Amino acid sequence: MPSFTIETVGLNFNFGQQVILKNLSLQVPKGSIYGFLGPNGAGKTTTIKILLNLLKSPSDQVFIFGKEINSNRIDILKQVGALVEQPAIYGHLSGKENLINRCLLLRIHKSKADEMLALVGLTDAANKKSSQYSLGMKQRLGIALALISDPELLLLDEPTNGLDPNGIIEIRNLMMELTAKYNKTILVSSHLLSEIERTATHVGIINHGQLLFQGTIQELQLLNKPLLEIEVDQVESAGALILENGYEIMAQTKSKISIPYASAAESGIVNTLLIKNGFTVTSLSMQKKDLENLFLDITKTD
Amino acid sequence: MRTLYISLISEFYKSRKTLALWAAILLPVIICGLITFGFYSSSERIIAFHYPPMILWANYSGAALGVMGFLIMPFYVIFMAFSVNNIEHKNDTWKMLFAQPLNKFSIYAAKYLYAVFMIFICLLLFASLTFAFGHLLQVLVPKYNFSQYNPLHILINSYAKLFLSSLGILSLQFIMSLFWSDFLKPMGIGFIGAIMGIIIVNVGWKYAYFIPYSLPTLALRITKVNKGANPLEFPVFTQEIWTSLIYAAILFIVGYFIVTRKSIK
Repeated sequence: MPSFTIETVGLNFNFGQQVILKNLSLQVPKGSIYGFLGPNGAGKTTTIKILLNLLKSPSDQVFIFGKEINSNRIDILKQVGALVEQPAIYGHLSGKENLINRCLLLRIHKSKADEMLALVGLTDAANKKSSQYSLGMKQRLGIALALISDPELLLLDEPTNGLDPNGIIEIRNLMMELTAKYNKTILVSSHLLSEIERTATHVGIINHGQLLFQGTIQELQLLNKPLLEIEVDQVESAGALILENGYEIMAQTKSKISIPYASAAESGIVNTLLIKNGFTVTSLSMQKKDLENLFLDITKTD
Repeated sequence: MRTLYISLISEFYKSRKTLALWAAILLPVIICGLITFGFYSSSERIIAFHYPPMILWANYSGAALGVMGFLIMPFYVIFMAFSVNNIEHKNDTWKMLFAQPLNKFSIYAAKYLYAVFMIFICLLLFASLTFAFGHLLQVLVPKYNFSQYNPLHILINSYAKLFLSSLGILSLQFIMSLFWSDFLKPMGIGFIGAIMGIIIVNVGWKYAYFIPYSLPTLALRITKVNKGANPLEFPVFTQEIWTSLIYAAILFIVGYFIVTRKSIK
């Protein structure tokens, strides 16, 4: 068995002259919830479309379940459920009819449609025309459609778009249940880290078509080093003194200097050093960025 | 084959509750119904002409065939080609359709076959209703002499020609509707094409059979000319039918290449 459910090897993709993906090497482990993060227009949806073979990738760059996508399209797609952008629903059919249509295409027993409606809480609206569904209901129907074939891999493109807080929590719980109970693999894209930091086990951060970070959520947190923020007078000369004593300055403003935080004792030493040299330290504090800011920092690099 | 079959079943399932499906049934019912009503309400005037049974059938079925062949048929084909593709454009479901574990050719061919099948059903209903309502008229107005002639052969041949001659337009319109998601472009071009087709045939241009839109009119015109001479012997596979079938085959294959290269953005 391959260790990665999805693996792209130096994937490049262009729309004409415009470069969309540059040397993208995704590695999505089996059984993980992989948060695929990036600002709008970073290349997330394009990547998902390539993973579905809707856009053709160069050969030998995209592997799903260890198989090359272009030569195993049908085999792979049998095991993949997807929700890309807005859910693709036939508005003139009811929710149930949409699911039955999918059952017909995938040769699944029609009873599965009711099961799915119950799973996403649409049983009461089963026979209502789906064009009359609210955005949240459409999104849930989209997820039911993605889940109906009981796929090994789920690709969800911004699944919580337009959902209210309750809906977001429901989807979060559903994703956790699917991976914990049924050992499914989920790749979920988002432009908000806060939205998936509680569910994702792995994170990939993409911007301008390049993967800027990939690893477990713990590894992402490790990147997030705490800083010692020192509020001091005569910032310029205080900075010079700190540098002379072998510390690294991470940031400096008109009134504050930030250096890497090591320990409480170390902070005391820096404080003593400044005071002994005649500076007035008005505050000394440990600062830790939340993941959201870290994410912004990572995607801000260029 | 199995994928083609399930894709086709799905097309029928999707199109229930849509105008495309109902038009195939309502159009023949309404048009044949109106003509029959006309023949019923003005039966005395028509009987006064003392038509021989064959001419009576020709007048009666020609009313539907004329309206159908010259006007409604091209527009119905244009509309079918549009609506079978529009169902995916409108709901933005192309990407979902092509992300299913189904052969792309089957998805495309099923859509095309669905449109062909609907046109076939529509014309079959026209032929059957013309036949059935003719006999109904005979029952309602016993002075008519519909029962003295069997028009089945002529009806089948005429509608078969109409069906085959419209496949060229279908393939052409199918590509346009596949390519453009809006209503106006394929309908506008189709409309102009259909009108042009009729005019070209009527001015008797030698190469009219090269224009797909002229073919239904052309097919029916030749039927009429031959009808006077030997109504039972006119051939179905004439030049314009072959042209239509060649157009249909070539454009069907071209359409498939468009589908496989269609980037789902």
